[in-house]
Amino acid sequence: MSGVFGSKVKRKEDPRLITGQGTYTDDVKLPNLAHAAILRSPYAHAVIKRVDVSKALEHPSVLAVFTGKDIVQKIGPIPTAWLPPDSDIKTTAHYALAIDKVRYVGDGVAMVVADDLYAAKDALELITVEYEVLPAVVNQEAAMGKMAPVVHEDAPNNVAFHWQAGDATDEMFANAPVHVSHRFVQQRLIPNAMEPRSSVAQYNASTGSLTMWLTSQNPHIHRLLLSGILGLPEHHIRILAIDVGGGFGSKIACYPDEALVGFAAMELGVPVKWTEERRENFLVTTHGRDMILDVEVAGEADGTLTAIRVHNIANMGAYLSTAGPGVPTILFGLIVPGAYRFAHAKVDVYGVFTNTTPTDAYRGAGRPEATYVLERIVDLFALELGMDPVEVRRKNLIGADEFPYHTALGLEYDSGNYQQSLDKALGMVKYEEFRQEQEELRSQGRYIGIGCTTYVEICGLGPSQVAGAVGFQGGLWESSTVRVHPTGKVTVFTGASPHGQGEETTFAQIVGDRLGIPIDDVEIVHGDTDRIAMGWGTYGSRTTPVGGNALAIAVDRVIEKARKIAAHMLEASEAEVEFQNGIFYISGHESGTVRQVTFQEVVLQAYLAWNLPAGVEPGLEGHSFYDPVNFVYPFGSHFCMVEVDRETGEIAILRYVAVDDCGRVINPMIAEGQVHGGIAQGIGQALWEGAVYDDRGQLLTGTFMDYAMPKAHFFPEFETAFTETPAPQNLLGVKGIGETGTIASTPAVVNAVIDALRPFGVRDLDMPLTPEKVWQAMQKGSVSA
Amino acid sequence: MIPSAFAYERASSIREAIELLRASGGEGKLIAGGHSLLPMMKLRLTSPDTLIDIAGVEGLRAVRVTGDRLTVGALLTHDQIMTNPLVREKLPILAETASQIGDLQVRNRGTIGGNLAHADPASDLPAVALALDANLQVVSVEGSETYAAEDFFLGPLITALPENSMLTGVSFAIPPAHTRGVYEKFAHPASGYAVVGVAAVIGVNQGQVNYIRVAITGAGDVPYRAHDVENTLLGRPLTPATISDAAKLAAEDGVMADDLFASAQYRAHLCSVYVKKALLRASRIE
Repeated sequence: MSGVFGSKVKRKEDPRLITGQGTYTDDVKLPNLAHAAILRSPYAHAVIKRVDVSKALEHPSVLAVFTGKDIVQKIGPIPTAWLPPDSDIKTTAHYALAIDKVRYVGDGVAMVVADDLYAAKDALELITVEYEVLPAVVNQEAAMGKMAPVVHEDAPNNVAFHWQAGDATDEMFANAPVHVSHRFVQQRLIPNAMEPRSSVAQYNASTGSLTMWLTSQNPHIHRLLLSGILGLPEHHIRILAIDVGGGFGSKIACYPDEALVGFAAMELGVPVKWTEERRENFLVTTHGRDMILDVEVAGEADGTLTAIRVHNIANMGAYLSTAGPGVPTILFGLIVPGAYRFAHAKVDVYGVFTNTTPTDAYRGAGRPEATYVLERIVDLFALELGMDPVEVRRKNLIGADEFPYHTALGLEYDSGNYQQSLDKALGMVKYEEFRQEQEELRSQGRYIGIGCTTYVEICGLGPSQVAGAVGFQGGLWESSTVRVHPTGKVTVFTGASPHGQGEETTFAQIVGDRLGIPIDDVEIVHGDTDRIAMGWGTYGSRTTPVGGNALAIAVDRVIEKARKIAAHMLEASEAEVEFQNGIFYISGHESGTVRQVTFQEVVLQAYLAWNLPAGVEPGLEGHSFYDPVNFVYPFGSHFCMVEVDRETGEIAILRYVAVDDCGRVINPMIAEGQVHGGIAQGIGQALWEGAVYDDRGQLLTGTFMDYAMPKAHFFPEFETAFTETPAPQNLLGVKGIGETGTIASTPAVVNAVIDALRPFGVRDLDMPLTPEKVWQAMQKGSVSA
Repeated sequence: MIPSAFAYERASSIREAIELLRASGGEGKLIAGGHSLLPMMKLRLTSPDTLIDIAGVEGLRAVRVTGDRLTVGALLTHDQIMTNPLVREKLPILAETASQIGDLQVRNRGTIGGNLAHADPASDLPAVALALDANLQVVSVEGSETYAAEDFFLGPLITALPENSMLTGVSFAIPPAHTRGVYEKFAHPASGYAVVGVAAVIGVNQGQVNYIRVAITGAGDVPYRAHDVENTLLGRPLTPATISDAAKLAAEDGVMADDLFASAQYRAHLCSVYVKKALLRASRIE
């Protein structure tokens, strides 16, 4: 229906999900289903001397117990699928169960399969493992030291890769009139999707085919990787990810447990299920961030920024996860110059092995880290010059007339109007009034602060040619099939794999808008490799810019063919036939006159095929394999206002204002929801979240009792708004919105807190900004007027 | 998150519960709301052989006032306590504290007896038990005994409860009518438990403090009465200045814990800040 694009349609998927009718992987029940449990290393680094499974095998409910030695000849290692070019990357073998050595707490040592879940868990306690505990290393900088324990023998110094980009030289910084440098630490985060990971596998020996239900953001990538690991041809594997309860990047990777479940089902001839415990989720599902970042900017005395460089030591954990190496390199490095006119930039990245959980994408993946260091150092640059941080930004933001803009690191920003965004946000914030109030309150011993981020994001991953050039071991186009049924109802098959983002609704809006049919006549099918030709999945805010445009093109191909049939029915030439609001009509006549035919009437004729124009085949389907020509670059301005409690260091968020531009907005409610969730997660990093290991590699924040996930009552009502600068390089004019909140909010909050602490001479604090950290900083600082 | 196998028994009387405990040979645990015990069992931090469900035991859900004391049955949930009219009238501080425990689901299931017997060092109720001179009523094979709150909490998850015994009720002193009691907590952002929780009751007569109880939970391994704070204020006028002076001594009677979220130094500081906060609110100087 026209007008449906851009309207706040309620989510079609919600009635199913909120009444418990969804099909999450753990909901899958099959006859004779066996249950798996995994024995995990309690040590971060140890030699496995002996594994005795005999007692576990005696348990009456136990069907099998597998150890590393049992599987090594039968299934392949878990691959890494992002290999940054010219980085000397060491993809050390990662077996689904450890063979000689465990490398982090949680590393799999054995898997029990039993006919009952309780028995499987009990049997774990019957396995005896003899370990020789080795010293562990958890900090990436320490891991690069000469005396550090070696995680993998084939990666001396624990360096997994070294990647560089850019042209900024030492002289540019040494000779700059203004030169600011600082070390920032991005703490480690735990993604914590509401649904833990789960796999169910069923093997049909007669056809040699394996069906797996998976908590996956990218079922086709999982199929490809599992095909290689399990040695099964790809067309004999079906992956289903029907409903997935959030991923935030943590369900991109192909995990050892997934391979093991597939293997066990094949080996034992019974279907096998494994569902992660929340404790396992903390320990073995990929973590995010964890980078040590030395940042420098050079500039002029008038506030002009000229060059930036970043030295990044990224903690990759014990193994290189599927997309792990792409995060601190490509996804981080290329966006370092952000929304500013930097003439030069340089990025130097070390990926380092440690005895910790592997890291991979976490909402924003690289871009929050880059935006954080940039937005923080811009504030320090402003401080150095005694300029207002907003003014420094305004001076350096790329102008609306400069697009497409070529950055110092080779990206071509598609479109933007950064000043408009900043002005809109400033209007909402009432910036000058806040500054005035801040002065007044300071004199009363109360400390409020304001911080902002003017960000640009790179998303809509991405042109496949670029994917290849940057070492991503796959394409990044997207497929769509639009199947129109004889009655005019539509089924869409998309290679994108939404898992909470609402595309069952927004994609239906795209179809409804173009075909002029109600969105309830449109069903979106995703997450099934047998029903969907091919696809690359949902991550990197690509679903709408890539998958959505693939869909729009496929719909237009349907219209193209329908127009031929309509012209034939109307006895007119194709060029004369217009299509609007679901009606084909002859140009020059208003819709509603006799010379018209509805979309549904045309569809029926396409299927009856009693009288089709010459050369037109029966049926009505549109297909598209759409490869974007460029990334898309959403942008925006976020402001946070906080008050710091002088006595306790507690931070109260007074207001949060977000102005985002993701091109044309398909569903403002869903876009706003994405922004809200992103902001909450980003503030979570700024103020509360942080995974901490002790020096023996034990995760100290391994439950929700210690790891502080933000709760709704921690936040004020977010004030959100959009500007709409259409994406010029895609049909729908859309950009991504799934990650902007996490990208923008973290530095906005920290900038606000540091601003509040200015009278205490505080320049920076490491996240999370816990009350004690803030209090200690105030204790040390001297209050200046 | 699946506990080890255990036997499940249901007791219909106190006597039967104790008998079942004895029969389990030290391997049994009483379960009421289960909100402290079950999470530990699911993490396999504890694996009792037998769970003895006391939810069906009659007579442990009453609220009674006898003289200057109010007694609550051990099986009352936090929600029942915070909404009970008698509790709200006589001991608003107890209702206020109960309302700050966990979340709605926890308050609907968790019981006062289970909470106190579990003796989590960051639990809210122990502070109010100390501030209201609570007596914990315990029944064992030997008969009935009463423990003063100050003698009951011995360490983290350790109490004076003898073997094969059951906490059946708690009686609280109803402070004099001219006093006011409040509970102030600095909650851990992850768990919601008290990093520091302060229960304070204070009353002034003829310009001088003549009644004061200050108790602190969360700061260390055991909840404690801040006697130094009390003694400093007793007999003195109640002003922001005297409160502030006294609050400085808030950590004196405790041993501060030191963990990832809050150092001992910071906890001691929080004790002072929260004692001051509580006393100011209790004195209606805000």
